[in-house]
This record gives sequence, structure tokens and C-alpha cells, in this order.
Amino acid sequence: MLAVEVSHIVKSFVDKVVVNDLSFSVAQGEIFGLIGPNGAGKTTTIRMMMDIIKPDSGDVTILGEKLSESTKNKLGYLPEERGLYKKLSVLDSIIYLASLKGMDRHSAEEKASELLNQTGMLPHKGKKIEELSRGMGQIIQFIVSIIHDPELIVLDEPFAGLDPVNTELLKGMLIDLRNQGKALILSTHQMNEIEELCDRILMINHGRSVLYGNLAEIKSKYRSNSVLLEFEGELGEVPGVTEKRTHKGYVELVLDGNTTPQQVLERLVGTRIVVNRFEVATPPLNEIFLRVVGKTHE
Amino acid sequence: MTVIVPLIALLLIGVSQLVSGIARPTVEAATIGYVDELGGFQQYTSQGNITLVRFDTPEEATDALINGDINEYFVIPPDYISTGVINRYTLEKQLTASPAVTAVINNFLLSNLLAGKVPAATIARIEAPLNLVSTRLTETGAVAPEQGGYGNLIIPFVFSILLALSIIFSSTYLLQGLGEEKENRLIEILLSSVSARQLLTGKVLGIGAAGLVQVAVWVISTPILLNLASSSISIGGFVSTIRLPANFIVLAVVYFILGYLLFAVLSAGIGAISSSSREGQQLIGVFTIPALIPLWFTSLLMFLPDNPVWVFFTIFPLSAPVEAIMRLGVSDIPAWQLVASIAVLVLSIIGILLLTIRIFRTYLLMYGKRPGIGEIIRSLKTG
Repeated sequence: MLAVEVSHIVKSFVDKVVVNDLSFSVAQGEIFGLIGPNGAGKTTTIRMMMDIIKPDSGDVTILGEKLSESTKNKLGYLPEERGLYKKLSVLDSIIYLASLKGMDRHSAEEKASELLNQTGMLPHKGKKIEELSRGMGQIIQFIVSIIHDPELIVLDEPFAGLDPVNTELLKGMLIDLRNQGKALILSTHQMNEIEELCDRILMINHGRSVLYGNLAEIKSKYRSNSVLLEFEGELGEVPGVTEKRTHKGYVELVLDGNTTPQQVLERLVGTRIVVNRFEVATPPLNEIFLRVVGKTHE
Repeated sequence: MTVIVPLIALLLIGVSQLVSGIARPTVEAATIGYVDELGGFQQYTSQGNITLVRFDTPEEATDALINGDINEYFVIPPDYISTGVINRYTLEKQLTASPAVTAVINNFLLSNLLAGKVPAATIARIEAPLNLVSTRLTETGAVAPEQGGYGNLIIPFVFSILLALSIIFSSTYLLQGLGEEKENRLIEILLSSVSARQLLTGKVLGIGAAGLVQVAVWVISTPILLNLASSSISIGGFVSTIRLPANFIVLAVVYFILGYLLFAVLSAGIGAISSSSREGQQLIGVFTIPALIPLWFTSLLMFLPDNPVWVFFTIFPLSAPVEAIMRLGVSDIPAWQLVASIAVLVLSIIGILLLTIRIFRTYLLMYGKRPGIGEIIRSLKTG
């Protein structure tokens, strides 16, 4: 069963269409990347999935059920703009927000202690939220978004403001959740995190889908016809290579239209050089993002 | 607020006992000089604690005043009978003579003018000609069980002040909470857990329950405080005349709950559209001022209880709770006015609630900018 199925949702505010006929689905046990430039309609899309606002038309289905009050308890949400009750203690904040998701006090307290311990925040459980650093507050909010064991977790910029140690900790927890069969939607501007964690992505711009599907397939579609080579020895002329670009530690070979990377590899093996690394060049997601967004901006 | 009000009352009782304890001996004997240029003012020079001393000339009296022998003096000029003018001299900076001094001079003049011409009892009557005792009769001619008067007035008045204060405090509190949740974006987490309708209902009921606890504390503490107050010598006499007007408790509870609900839904609506809790508090002021208007006109209401203006304030929903409770203490409110007032209040609450639900979800998520009136009306239409 699909964790989320969004079909043809449209949302406009006053006279501006913010989300325009958007459809996608997220399977259980996958981390799905939602990317797009500022103002593309990501947050509005997330809010519609979280039932915070209703789409003008179109449907959102969570685990096969139409979005309703009862499905809300199956959702976990870490909004981009974050905040908690400043005067409340860490434990009380978590327990109160967990109770809104239908948890009883006892199990909320038990699970909160477990998660606080896992994130190294247990010694701070009695502190007021206002006494915490920004990163600590963010960990608490992350705990709030997963404490009720949701089936779908939406995280908007989860790594912003976290130090490298906590970023790694959070990544580990996200992978654990995926391995437990949860569906995770990650919305971020940090493309390296998306490349590292996500199986599939949706890129939206001006409220419309501009890229959607498996990340590896998308990257191969956008690859330039070149290979990266790290070698020892003297590299002479290689048939089928039109240009050699020297980078630090490696060379990028640009192929002509009729030559495949496989043919180049065969030709290189025939020469006297020692090949340490041979890689088909795929552009980083960042570059694809700039190309796609740049094109739709024109 | 809940506990503070009874504590303030306790403090007031304490202070009034303390003040009356200090004040009683200071109603001290004063000496007032006078110069009799007309002649014939020799008797009745002892008026309660105040003694009147005769001087032959204004100069002597002035010397005595400067030396501190007398507190002040007055001159009865030769043409007093035709003009009625008395010239008073004092070292104090004051607007006018104190009522006690005026009464002493008045009685001294009256007594001397009438001395020997009418019996002493008549003089006493002329000095205080009226002691009006009113008795309210029922339509059958029997003495009515509820007599009215100031004793009847006090509880409704105090209650209406407390109601107005509670309305202001609770709407401020609700706005502050909502504004904070908006400012720190908690509202998104809340709305991803509960619906806008549930959130709104929870806020209103939460504030309502807090209000009811407040009333309960006040109601329970009232008999204790009244007991304490009646043991106080200074205010005990008055407190013992305090009576609850008929139907007061029922109507007070009804108006308290309706007043609370009205301002709670209003605050929630304003909280939704305002960008910060401070802006919300400024906006709600427009609505809380009408709730306070009846308190401004307290003295007018006491002396002109039948003016049609009060009927308007009783039916106008924003002022109705406070006005109706105050009027209960002054006079009877015709049944039709009470029915109209409660009906208008209930309809207003339902109407504002429906409007608030329509805009609540949209504007709660709009940060940083307050929508214009036109925009709000458009979103009310589209919902």
C-alpha cells in the first residue's frame, strides 16, 4: 500500500495559484525528497498533506484512507518554522504534543525518555525550552514528530541549524525509521543530503512538478557525455575524446557523440597507463536543480 | 486574578479597619474664631468637637490665627441679614471649607438667629429637616420583601466590575496565547494534530472553564469576606444591609457565561487575523471598551435608572453583560429586555463563532502581515 498518494491537487490563495495540478506518491519504507526553489509551493503542498489546509481540488490519500481527523494521528510533522512553548519543560512539551496525537501520558513519558536517551538529551528533560540551544530545540521537535510512531513523517529542512554530530545522529535515525517501513518525506535545500538519503525525488517549481522519479534515473538522464579518470602514466590521444579538462587529481574526458564510456574504457586498457578510477560523470543534483529551475525561470 | 481579587478585598477590609482606627481620634477638637460685627451671636459656641471663640476685631482674630490659637476664623458683617455673606479666613490651601466646618458655622448661625424665637426642638429640626425613610410596597399593598437601596446595589456593582475585569483579562490571555503560538509557529504542529475547529473550541472552553473557576472562588470567598467586613466597625454597618437582588445569582451566572463566550470567540477571531499578540491586544480594545462603558456611567445609572439609554446598553451585546448586572442592583429590568438581551447575546456568539471558524484556519497560518478588511470579507465569503 502506498503511504501517500497525492492526485491532482490545486491550491490558490486570493488570486495566485500556489500549487497547480500536482500528483505524486510515496511508498512505505522509502525516503522521498521534495525539492524546489523558495516560493515553489513546497510548504503549501506539505500543509495539504498534513491536513492543515485543504486543497481547492484534488485528493490526498494516506495509507489508503482519505485525509481526515482520524488519519492525523498517523502523521508526524517537523515544520520548517519551529517553536515550542518557551516556559514549558522539555518533558512536558513532548508529553503535551504527544497527547494531541492520541498518546496517553504514561506511554508518552516512557517513549519520550527512550528518545531523549537515544539523542543524548535525557539530562535536559527538566529544563525549560527557552534554556535550550537552537539545535537542542530542534532535536526536541524531531522527537515530537516521531514519538507517536507515525506511518508518514514529513520533515521540512530537518538539518538546518544542526551541528555535524547531530546531523549524523538524525540521519541515522531517519534510516532506522525507513528500515522500520515508515515513509519519510524530506524537504530541504541541501542537495547533498537528498542525494545521500533519498531514493526518489519530486522537484516542483511554480507549483508544478518539474522532475519526478528515481534519483539515479534522473541523474543518468541529465548526465553529460563525459568520464572522470584518475591515472598514472602518460595519457596520449584517445580516439573518440574531443576534449580533456584537467581538474585537481583527475581528468574529465569529453566524448564525441558516437563514443560510449565503455568504448573509451576498452581503449584506455589498451594503453600503458595505470587506471586508478574510471567514473561515468553524472552531474550533482545541485547542478540539475540549477539547470531545471533556470530553464523554467526563462 | 482568581485569588488576587479576594486578597485585594481582604486587604481593603484590613486597610479600612486600620484607617478607621487611626482616623477616629483625629476627628479632633478644633477651635474656630469669629468676629461678630452684626451682634447677637454669643450662644451655641460649642458645636460637637469644635469650639467657637469670639474676637472683637479681625486683627485680633488674625493674630490668634497666626499664633496657632485658632484653626481659622470667620467674620459676620453688619449687613449679614440682607446679604447672607460670611467671610472666612484660613492658613490652609483648600478648595472650600470642609463639610464639617460648613455645618458647624451653619448651625451656629441658625441657632443664634432663632434663639429665643422658636423652641429648641424646632431649631434642631430646622438644622436637619429631612430623614427620608422609603418603603417599597408590593401591588397588594404589603411591604415588599426586596427593599432595594444601596445594600442591594453593592453586590451587582462589584460583580459587574469583576466581570468586566475578567473579560479583559481572559481575552488578553487568550490573545497572548494564540499570538505566541503564531509567533513561534507552534500553530502548525497544533493544526497537524487537531482541526482548526477543535483548536478554537478548546481555546474558548479552556478560557471559559478558567473563568468559571474564578467565579467559583469569588462566590465562595464572598460570604467569608462579608463576615469579616461586618465585624469591622467602620464598614460593618453598611455591610450588614447588603442583600442580593432577586434572580441575581441565576442571571449573574447566565451573563457571566455568555459574556465570557462572546469575548472568547471575538478574541480568537482577532488572534487569528493579527500578526502578533501585541497587535491583537490593541485590536480587542475596540471591543472591550463597550463592555466598560456601563461602568463609566455608574452614577448616571444610579440617579436616572429609567433612561432609555440603559435599555440600549442592556441589549447591545458587547455592553449587555456588565450593564444588565449593574441594572439589577438599581431597578427591575422588564422581562422583555432580559429576553431580548440574552437572545441578542446568544445570536451574536453563534454568528461570531461561525465567522471566526471561517477565517481561523486561513489566517492562523499567515504570519507577519495582517490582512486588510477587504481581504477578510473576501475570505469570509469564500470560507
